[in-house]
Amino acid sequence: MRPGVPTPAEINAVLAQLPAEERLILPALQAVQRSVGYVPEEAVSPVAEQLNVSRAEVVGVLTYYHDLRTSPPPALDIRLCGAEACQAVGARYLRSWVEARYSEDVDVEVATVYCLGNCALGPAGQINGQLIGQLDVERLAQEVEAAREGKTNS
Amino acid sequence: MTVTIYVPRDSAAKSVGADVVAAMLAAHAATRGLDITIVRNGSRGMLWLEPLVEVETAQGRIAYGPVRPDDVDSLLDAGLASGAQHPLCLGFTDDLPWLREQNRVTFARVGIIDPLDLDQYREHGGLGGLERARAMPPEEIVAEVLASGLRGRGGAGFPAGIKWRTVMEAESDVTYVCCNADEGDSGTFADRMLMEGDPFTLLEGMAIAAHAVGATEGIIYVRSEYPDAIETLRTAIEIAQEDGWLDRVRVVEGAGSYVCGEETAMLESLEGKRGMVRPKPPIPALEGLFGKPTLVHNVLTLGAVPQILAGGASAYQAIGVDRSRGTQVFQISGNVARGGIVETGFGISLRDLVEGFGAGTRSGRPIRALQVGGPLGAYLPVESLDVSMDYESLAQAGGLLGHGGVVVFDDTVDMGLQARFAMEFCAAESCGKCTPCRIGSVRGIEVIDRVLNGEDRENNLVLLQELCETMTDGSLCAMGGLTPLPVQSALEYFPEDFHRLDEAN
Repeated sequence: MRPGVPTPAEINAVLAQLPAEERLILPALQAVQRSVGYVPEEAVSPVAEQLNVSRAEVVGVLTYYHDLRTSPPPALDIRLCGAEACQAVGARYLRSWVEARYSEDVDVEVATVYCLGNCALGPAGQINGQLIGQLDVERLAQEVEAAREGKTNS
Repeated sequence: MTVTIYVPRDSAAKSVGADVVAAMLAAHAATRGLDITIVRNGSRGMLWLEPLVEVETAQGRIAYGPVRPDDVDSLLDAGLASGAQHPLCLGFTDDLPWLREQNRVTFARVGIIDPLDLDQYREHGGLGGLERARAMPPEEIVAEVLASGLRGRGGAGFPAGIKWRTVMEAESDVTYVCCNADEGDSGTFADRMLMEGDPFTLLEGMAIAAHAVGATEGIIYVRSEYPDAIETLRTAIEIAQEDGWLDRVRVVEGAGSYVCGEETAMLESLEGKRGMVRPKPPIPALEGLFGKPTLVHNVLTLGAVPQILAGGASAYQAIGVDRSRGTQVFQISGNVARGGIVETGFGISLRDLVEGFGAGTRSGRPIRALQVGGPLGAYLPVESLDVSMDYESLAQAGGLLGHGGVVVFDDTVDMGLQARFAMEFCAAESCGKCTPCRIGSVRGIEVIDRVLNGEDRENNLVLLQELCETMTDGSLCAMGGLTPLPVQSALEYFPEDFHRLDEAN
């Protein structure tokens, strides 16, 4: 057993909390992720057994949705919108800057997402789940530092 | 006497500091001994002015914006609480041309009321539609929706009343109403703003629909990128249920999949499975969620229903042009000076939207291209600005209305890259069920790269057109079927961008 990974009993405890209408593969995996931070490999069999489906079906869902992750989340989760409305105001440049700036930082993960619904105030991004609009290089660096210090600052 | 100050709770406003502004206003007013009450309203939709702070005065609400945290002290010094002059003062909100020139029907209350105050909702005309509907037999409600001319606002534009009749006539012990709030198109945010700014309107629309089609449960499928909308809806559902006018409705959170905005993929996702598209028939109206009859509508379609019932079908039908009746909530974004929400009757020109309301580009450079209708919509050249914004006119112009989003690009845009992105996006988000979409999108990227690199360009352009035809004709849903639209429109209107390497050499 890997350190820090929940036991099958702990996974089963999470699944036992599911209301009847959420005893389905996707809501079950979302519940595991809410509780653990991600969906460890060790969760696949308990989910399959509890829901009476095959492991293949569980892995199928787990690998389908962008939100579900199979490794622990980073300390700093930077998501930049890479869709058209943000492209029109410099999202491509921002992404290449961010990737270059934070590529060495092991605590940072940079991901591209498609549309955060903040299209009139782009480029938009999320840092540890917080939506930020009108991003530029300076503001992004500030927000990252603020998030590192555990503050919210916008 | 306490002064009411409005600071939006809309997530776009929060993304540029509305929470900090609200907190500072409260704290600094307190140290000055000012008696203020802060109401967190929805956004008025003038997003370039966010955070837009409004002060209630005897003559009406006075607006200030965009207010940065640093402005709070100088605003209070100037006498914000009495609506005093200040460089950020915009005058009476209701007099602002941007708002005055709109026809807000679905968005009538957004930005005006506290989104979770049911008394205010009632005072501003809420629940009038549901009260009328509850006194009508289902057939009459369906007839009313049919007569209104309401068409699906999610993109397909199918007449809503026909869907309602089909579901109503289906025999079943269980029937669902599913609201599709998986608003994934870039350049669209109206669903989000309605859910955050006036959730009761959506819930009232669902209650009316449920009554008409005999639904036993309502489900709202909201994308995970909208956590504020999810929270607001869940609270609104509790309030409405406690008040007694809403039955079984729950919110289901998506998990990051664009194609789940396609109705059958959404149903699969609601069943907890991979969000893969189902072949049609059977249509969801007859065999939808868990095989039961299901009325699936976009947020804006259901959001239009309360006013159709409250004001009557003929009043709604009187707005708009040709077969596009009522209002459309247009969303202007991208490289635009004044981005936001414009609700008005169908038939406004694209020019009035982007040059009138939008005031041109944010960069100040000339407009070069406009993408109308989301990532699957056509790129139109600036010469198309006079097109009428309705379903048929846009189709005739080679585009589509989609969910009413307009993304503006200035003359620095590289349309070769935009065409490539359409294929990249399709490759990233394809559900994988059908081959033209799954494989075609990847081949599309490769072919476009060869064209852009000048490798055997003429033959590769022919190949690209053939690939686009295959995707259009052979894909199961709009994802693969419409991805060629931005690609082919870019090729048609901006051919020079596919020949740049030659010029450089």
